[in-house]
Formats: sequence, structure tokens, C-alpha cells
Amino acid sequence: MSGEPAGPERAEPERPVGRGVFLGTVAAGLSALVWGKSAWSTVSAAVAPAERLVPLVPSGWRIYTISGTMPTFDPSTWRLDVGGLVRRPLSLSYAELTSLPRAEQVSTFHCVTGWSVANVHWGGVRLSDLVDRVAPHHAAHALEFVSAEVPYVDYLTVRQASLPDVLLAYELDGKPLPREHGAPVRLVIPEMYGYKNVKWLRRITFVPRTADGYWEGLGYDRDAWVGRSNGYGS
Amino acid sequence: MTRYVRRFSRSERALHWVNALGFVYLLTTGLVLYLPRLSVLVGRRPLIKDLHAWGGVGWVASLALVVLLGDSRGLLRTARELDGFDAHDLNWLLRRAPAPQGRFNAGQKLNSAVTAALTVLFLASGLLLWLGERDTRFRFASTVVLHDGLMYVALVLLVGHLYLALIHPATRHALRGMTIGTVREDWAAEHHARWKPQ
Repeated sequence: MSGEPAGPERAEPERPVGRGVFLGTVAAGLSALVWGKSAWSTVSAAVAPAERLVPLVPSGWRIYTISGTMPTFDPSTWRLDVGGLVRRPLSLSYAELTSLPRAEQVSTFHCVTGWSVANVHWGGVRLSDLVDRVAPHHAAHALEFVSAEVPYVDYLTVRQASLPDVLLAYELDGKPLPREHGAPVRLVIPEMYGYKNVKWLRRITFVPRTADGYWEGLGYDRDAWVGRSNGYGS
Repeated sequence: MTRYVRRFSRSERALHWVNALGFVYLLTTGLVLYLPRLSVLVGRRPLIKDLHAWGGVGWVASLALVVLLGDSRGLLRTARELDGFDAHDLNWLLRRAPAPQGRFNAGQKLNSAVTAALTVLFLASGLLLWLGERDTRFRFASTVVLHDGLMYVALVLLVGHLYLALIHPATRHALRGMTIGTVREDWAAEHHARWKPQ
């Protein structure tokens, strides 16, 4: 029963300010569903340099995995197999992969859940270079990208895979691709959301037709164009 | 003889500590999902994600249980107390005299309103994230930014709250009220002059 306001003789008129603050904060918060992403990209661009200095300042990346532990990379045993409907299948060691013609690009990485990392510096091998080397059959209309993180898999059509900035990236920001980003090599297709950018790549198979990858099996779009799929855009 | 007066009921304290425990749990599991270095260190993302999402459900359910099973009418009176601001409260916020305070000072009233709003927003954005993973109709590009931004706001409030409750000499006696329930009578008279404890 404690805490009743003082007796009427001393009571000041009260206004219900608390509920106003409560409702105002809720409304302001919900409005951020409209303006939040653009405001955040401005802020995160400003604090990005601090991430290198202070380990716990978020870099903008989030590490998504679908299994309990991340695959480990052993350079002495690791291979990238490229096969299926091709004339010249390949099995590349890490040294062989990194000795192929090198390409670099700066592109923005978009996650379907809403976060993005701008100006990511990738180094690696053009997927189109690799496609030329294995000489796919005419019957091959899609590529299957198999991750060492079982059962992660995803597909691109041959046309999607031939986009000029599709990369098999083994470097991030000038350093070997870190484990959490898919070491030693991941797919990078900036036009599509992150779930198409398969990490811990270990096999590329040319197949007759495209199919549902891991997240597509859970309701996400096969053609994951940034801003034009998965309920975004029109 | 030091005399003590009762400041917080058992239901009020239970609500506070259930909220605090839930927040720390969700902050911990949330940071493992959010910060790359912690994600790498801990791994097991699917498990942590479930622990976080179901923890959020458990948090709100526990708060509701305390309200329903505890002294609901007392808590409702507390809510009214927190809601009402008078001229003294305005003076207190503007650091003008006279500003004698009731059982809650104006800063505590503001903090409780904002904290309650953050709880609603955490729940709403968390539910949208959860549903959005299953149905595009619930998917918005800014949901994850809102959820993360709330964490930063809540963290700033928490740091200030911990400073006042544990370190600041003038206010840290209040911690006794939130643990044992009582505070020194002279402390109450100094900091909450208009409060008439029974």
C-alpha cells in the first residue's frame, strides 16, 4: 500500500506523461521499420574503421551457419571438384585454385534479412573462367554449388552464373578468406542475396536443370535478385 | 537505531528481477548471434537462435505471469504512479527547485516508460524476424536494424542504470530497496521527500 501520492492538501495536478512517453517511443520505434535501414547504413559507414581497432565493434557482417560447427580447412587435403555435365572435369587443390588468373572486385553484400555490408573487397577467380576451362555440355543448364557445411547447397542457372562479377572468392579485404566467411573459397554473386553466395564451397556440378537450394526449400526464392525477390520490391 | 521503510513490494521486485534476468539472457544469446567473433567462438548457431527466440517468448511470458499471479492491483497502482507527472517532476527534470519527489523520481518514471516501450518493440521486431523467416508478408528490410538498434538503446540505459544502482554514492542505497525491499528512512526523506511510506 506504500507509495500513494501525498495527501490532497499537497497534491499537484498530475498529467499522464508516462504513457505518452511509452506510446511515443513505441511509435518512433515502429516507424524505424520504414527508415531504419538507410539510417543504419549511414551510421555503420561512419563507425566501420573502428571495427579494425576494437574487436567487438560490429563489422556489419553477421555469421550465419546452418549446422553446429563450421567446416575446417586443411590445405593439404582440400579439393574443389568441378564436374557433372562437362567435357573436362577438374579437381583443384588450394594451390591450383589460387594460381588461376586472379580477379578482384569491390561489391556490396546484401542479406535477405535486411543487413548489408557495403564495399566489400573480394579477391578470387572468375566463375566464367572456370566454366570455360571445364567446357560444359549443351545439356547443362544449371550449376549446383555444394558446401562443406552439410546439407547446404544452392543453384544458379548457367545464365546467372555467367554474370561478369560472379566470383569464387578466396580473399576478403586482402587476406585469405576467414573461416567464418567460408574458408577457403566461397561463391560471390553480388546481384543476389547472401544465401546464394555459398560458403565453404567444395563441389560445383553442372546439372540439366536448376533446383531448390537449402533456403529455397524453406520458402526463399530461387532467383534471389537483390531488391526484386523474397517479398521485396514489386 | 537506523529505521527502514518499505519501498518495493514482493511483486514489484519479482517483476524487476524477472525482467533483468530475461534481458541479460537475451543480450548474451543475442550478442552471440550478432557479433562475428562471438559467433565463431561459440558456433552452434541453430541452437543459439532457438535459445534466443524461445527465451524471448519465455521472458514476456514470465513478466505476464508475475503480473497475473502477483499483486496485480498493486502493480496497476504502481503503473499509475509511474504514469503521473506533476509540476515538481518537471522541476526535477529541468533541475529547478522546488522538486521534492515521490516514491519514484521523474527520471525513474521516464526510464520505466522507455523500458516498457523497448520491451514491446523488442517483442514486435523479434516476432517479425521469426515470422519473416517463414513468410514474406512479415519480411521488412529494416526489422533487423530495428532489433539491433533497440539493443544499443537498451544497453545505454542499462549502463546508466547500473551506474546509479551500484556506483553513484547518492543513489546506490536504492539497490537495497530492490533486493530486500526496504530503504533507510532518512535516505527516503532526502531523495523522495513527498513519498509517505506506510
